[in-house]
Amino acid sequence: MNMMSEAAVEKALDKKMTDMSYKMIGNDVSVYYGEKRALFDVNLNVRENTVTALIGPSGCGKSTFLRTLNRMNDTIEGCRVTGKITLDNDDIYDKEIDVVELRARVGMVFQKPNPFPKSIYENIAYGPRIHGLARNKADMDQIVEASLQRAGLWTEVKDRLHEGGTGLSGGQQQRLCIARAVAVSPEVILMDEPCSALDPIATAKVEELIHELRANYTIVIVTHSMQQAARVSQRTAMFHLGQLVEENDTDKMFTNPDDQRTQDYIMGRFG
Amino acid sequence: MVSTHILSAYDEELKYLNRRISEMGGLAEQMCGDAVRALVNSDTALAQKIISDDVILDHAEREIQDKAIVTIAKRQPMAADLREIIGTLRIAADLERVGDLGKNTAKRVIAVQGTGVPRKLARGLEHLSDLALVQLKDVLDVFASRSAEKAEIIRARDEEIDAMYTSLFRELLTYMMEDPRNITTCTHLLFCAKNIERIGDHATNIAETIYYIKTGAQLEGERPKDDTANTVGALVE
Repeated sequence: MNMMSEAAVEKALDKKMTDMSYKMIGNDVSVYYGEKRALFDVNLNVRENTVTALIGPSGCGKSTFLRTLNRMNDTIEGCRVTGKITLDNDDIYDKEIDVVELRARVGMVFQKPNPFPKSIYENIAYGPRIHGLARNKADMDQIVEASLQRAGLWTEVKDRLHEGGTGLSGGQQQRLCIARAVAVSPEVILMDEPCSALDPIATAKVEELIHELRANYTIVIVTHSMQQAARVSQRTAMFHLGQLVEENDTDKMFTNPDDQRTQDYIMGRFG
Repeated sequence: MVSTHILSAYDEELKYLNRRISEMGGLAEQMCGDAVRALVNSDTALAQKIISDDVILDHAEREIQDKAIVTIAKRQPMAADLREIIGTLRIAADLERVGDLGKNTAKRVIAVQGTGVPRKLARGLEHLSDLALVQLKDVLDVFASRSAEKAEIIRARDEEIDAMYTSLFRELLTYMMEDPRNITTCTHLLFCAKNIERIGDHATNIAETIYYIKTGAQLEGERPKDDTANTVGALVE
């Protein structure tokens, strides 16, 4: 076998890998906020049923990238995205794409728990209702219970489903938001610093949940806590000044990263 | 390391660990050198001092362990920092063992002082000890300079010590066969030779640890070995 054909085989394997296990593919993704460029030609693929952590100092573009994955940036005035992002081979920036439907497939959990000022039940039922996922009350009850079960919150709230969601503790609220995201049966869940407003015990519960959700969903999480990235993810991507610096297995990333900037960042050193 | 931590106290903690390792290394080296000197000169006073100095090494190892564990708990070190601290723990354990080997040699000074050590064997032991101590000294220098290449060179050099040990082993067997009255002394000297050879092994371990600290990779493959003493048999005619 000569060098050329070996490279060809490699390429074919890579291609196969792409087709089989990448849930989302980002190709030369750049983001501009007006004149300011926030992301520079990022090529990052998200593997199916994997937790991918995005790390990097503030302003590095990790949240910006996360938001391109379900077009949350569309809501920002003057924001422009170039490049290509696909979800199961569908170009999510295609004109034909229904953004509401996209966001049902790619759900999101935010930094601060943001339950609707409604009952726990209604918080979960809202999404399935607008997407027409339940035919009747029994269907909806079932979706609400299953979602709360998945988010590990069921036993804690099953006796007060009709009380306000905002009356829960911070950690419970965040798990309620995760249950709400799960309720519309998304394929991908994006999490933007989901634990930064939580105490260590609530954080541990959310992390345990992330670990369990991985079996059924593809998860991308932005976190400022390196330890959290190390604990919950299988793949880690490091951003710096709008560029993807390194993407690697998490185990490798935190013991022996390839890039000096990653090294300096995770060890808390001056560059 | 060109860059320093944002938290300067973290740098201080790592520096402290490094300094203590260097101190342990210096003391272990001295103990082992003195032990062989005490042996060939039948200097029991020096031997006694080595035996009591071992406590200092044991104590230093425990202090390094405590400090390393506190640092891990407090700082949650990552990548090179984590490898550095884990490496420090391993090196401290190796140096503590080196001290024990020096101490064990020192204890045998008293056992062989009655007969003394035959001139030729003394020279062999001194030569073996010189080789092992050079390894130890060099590996401690590499610890300071963190050169992965030099660590590899030191690891490869252990072969010489093994070869020297095997030849000493044969010589001791010959002495024992010549006159059964030599057996007591020669058996003690055999243990001393083994102790010294083991110091070389610990130096090799340390070299491997430094390589790991520096590169994050383990040195591949078996280390070169020329220790065939375990296959040497006395020829019975």
